[in-house]
Amino acid sequence: MLGVLRRKVACKANGVSALGQGIRVVASRAFSSSGKEMTVREALNSALDEEMSADPKVFIMGEEVGEYQGAYKISKGLLEKYGPERVLDTPITEAGFAGIGVGAAYYGLRPVIEFMTFNFSMQAIDHIINSAAKSNYMSAGQISVPIVFRGPNGAAAGVGAQHSQCYAAWYGSCPGLKVLAPYSSEDARGLLKAAIRDPDPVVFLENELLYGESFPVSAEALDSSFCLPIGKAKIEREGKDVTITAFSKMVGYALQAAEILAKDGISAEVINLRSIRPLDRSTINASVRKTNRLVTVEEGFPQHGVGAEICASVLEDSFEYLDAAVERIAGADVPMPYAANLERMAVPQVEDIVRAAKRACYRSTPLAATA
Amino acid sequence: MACSAAAKILHNPLLISSSRSAEKSDSCCKILGPSSFLGSTSLSKKLVSVNKGVSRASRRSANVVAVSSDVVKEKKLKSNSAAPSLLITKEEGLVLYEDMILGRVFEDMCAQMYYRGKMFGFVHLYNGQEAVSTGFIKLLKKEDCVVSTYRDHVHALSKGVPAREVMSELFGKTTGCCRGQGGSMHMFSKEHNVLGGFAFIGEGIPVATGAAFTSKYKREVLKEDCDEVTLAFFGDGTCNNGQFFECLNMAALWKLPIVFVVENNLWAIGMSHLRATSDPQIWKKGPAFGMPGVHVDGMDVLKVREVANEAIARARRGEGPTLVECETYRFRGHSLADPDELRDPAEKAHYATRDPITALKKYILENNLASEAELKAIEKKIDEVVEDAVEFADESPVPARSQLLENVFADPRGFGIGPDGKYRCEDPKFTEGTAQV
Repeated sequence: MLGVLRRKVACKANGVSALGQGIRVVASRAFSSSGKEMTVREALNSALDEEMSADPKVFIMGEEVGEYQGAYKISKGLLEKYGPERVLDTPITEAGFAGIGVGAAYYGLRPVIEFMTFNFSMQAIDHIINSAAKSNYMSAGQISVPIVFRGPNGAAAGVGAQHSQCYAAWYGSCPGLKVLAPYSSEDARGLLKAAIRDPDPVVFLENELLYGESFPVSAEALDSSFCLPIGKAKIEREGKDVTITAFSKMVGYALQAAEILAKDGISAEVINLRSIRPLDRSTINASVRKTNRLVTVEEGFPQHGVGAEICASVLEDSFEYLDAAVERIAGADVPMPYAANLERMAVPQVEDIVRAAKRACYRSTPLAATA
Repeated sequence: MACSAAAKILHNPLLISSSRSAEKSDSCCKILGPSSFLGSTSLSKKLVSVNKGVSRASRRSANVVAVSSDVVKEKKLKSNSAAPSLLITKEEGLVLYEDMILGRVFEDMCAQMYYRGKMFGFVHLYNGQEAVSTGFIKLLKKEDCVVSTYRDHVHALSKGVPAREVMSELFGKTTGCCRGQGGSMHMFSKEHNVLGGFAFIGEGIPVATGAAFTSKYKREVLKEDCDEVTLAFFGDGTCNNGQFFECLNMAALWKLPIVFVVENNLWAIGMSHLRATSDPQIWKKGPAFGMPGVHVDGMDVLKVREVANEAIARARRGEGPTLVECETYRFRGHSLADPDELRDPAEKAHYATRDPITALKKYILENNLASEAELKAIEKKIDEVVEDAVEFADESPVPARSQLLENVFADPRGFGIGPDGKYRCEDPKFTEGTAQV
């Protein structure tokens, strides 16, 4: 399976280096491309570059963003272009530099704070929530915080329990934050530009395994003023039998699952959430009212997850339209194990999504004795 | 007199103070080498030689501020004021006095209002520490920033936020400086550059460091003419917190225009500073990170002002941060809910004799900077200001229901898209408080 292949490749690459750039895993898409393809890494890099050149108040701060060219090479070339005052290498002090970013944002600048992974953001979560998210409210609109916290989120390959958690649900529950999770290069470019221009704190959840993936981009997306609206989901694939919602890497899996389901005569509609907070409830509900069945897919822990919120939202708004119980696919309710086969079981796979969709359509076959 | 308070520090039975003062200057100089920092070297001289009245006065008269009158100069020469303070003019003295009285009367009124049920939640009062706030903040320009903790009423008042607005905020009314949405612990004012008001200790330090970073960025990258300084106020308990050290490191590393002001009142709720800290001399932590660390008597506004002047000037010149430890004391408990049973009454009584307001009043009167009547007039004026603030707050309306959803985002489309496909904030019912969110 493509997913497994990608994981093996990423394992060897260990996430950092040119190997990611060398491998271009081209996922097949139904739409015609404009001919130009771009990896997510290039998309993020170009977005940062353009926003920094357009507004001198934008600066990047984080560990290894400067001389190391970025822990995952996202900020490659920016130090040479903009100098050490705008691309700042920090000591290993998440709480300190996240707070410094917030203070700079209070007083007029537009920082982009990079966390090497969002797991490390837990050391700074006090600043993300208490001094960034809540400040516009506490000061009654006097102090807005135009800051972006970005970095890879969720499971990578074989990195163990402390480096694999997905934070979409945690940050998504906090009022005052905007939480974005791009999937394709176009998403990455448009959403990052929108996030940097936004006057509110934005948590931008990327995915390490997607950095090296290449997607076709339209000419419109290459324009330097290209922005995607925050709070709007995208329907990646239209369908009429079951709705599958996903974000980040799981969108790729959902699309593959949709292909498989199509062969079995189930037409799945795949929604790329793009924005965890605010959640595009209207798109999700409109889709459910059309298909009458819902499968939510996410990589994070199941309890209090994004899927739980979508489920509740659909129950509140579209209860009469549901023909089957909502199926939630999430990561296993355990800290991420290290062994490769266990890790494969702890993260949703394409087969899980296919099975769930079939269950929702009452077309599931009973599981044979599992291997 | 203010200077006798200095003498008391040296011979104070409290072990901490005397050993601190004696050692401080030596270490400072050893580690940093000859320092042009006025605060460390001259302070040590002053603490050691208390009574060299004439020579000091004559040296001081060479630095006379243009505004002072001959009468004052004459009095200065005669007095044996070895008070390590700048020569304050009458105007300055009255400004300082008024600010400290405002802080004291306001906080006392807060206590009254709290017990009458007009104020609620967590209220942390600043009685006794006014010298630190007044000493530092009255030297700032409007564009300079102040970042504080939950004990922030007086910092906001000193920086210029009107008493009416602070009182309304405490009452939770819509006319408050944060429209009632912040509360006692979250005083923000964009106009006066008060950047909060934080409930978590240590939270304000990185934020202050960030504001100082912005100041430097504006100067170096945006090429604006910017020499704004930031002051970060925090307590002794915070000095054991990781964020404090992280920021000392980064501020010194990047030479940020910030002054870290430690209001060491010896108690973190009920935890004594000596029980919580391996090395209680906080000023020492400055040189460990490459910045000067100064200890000053925080009950004497003139001494604080002198040290503050030098630290702020240092920051403005671009020489980097300073750590100033002010030895002070809070006369009331940690908050109005704190029964304050753990502190020794003898300790409280001792510090009550060092009340900064009484000390300044004595200094002003003994040096004939102003008459008793003028000081009384100021007190009366402040009483009226605070009473007016209470009346104003009382009569102000509570926030409207629609205010609940306001100000969550600067860009309100952050509430997302409603069921009809349009942005929720465009729904007319949104601000009426009846829309579903």
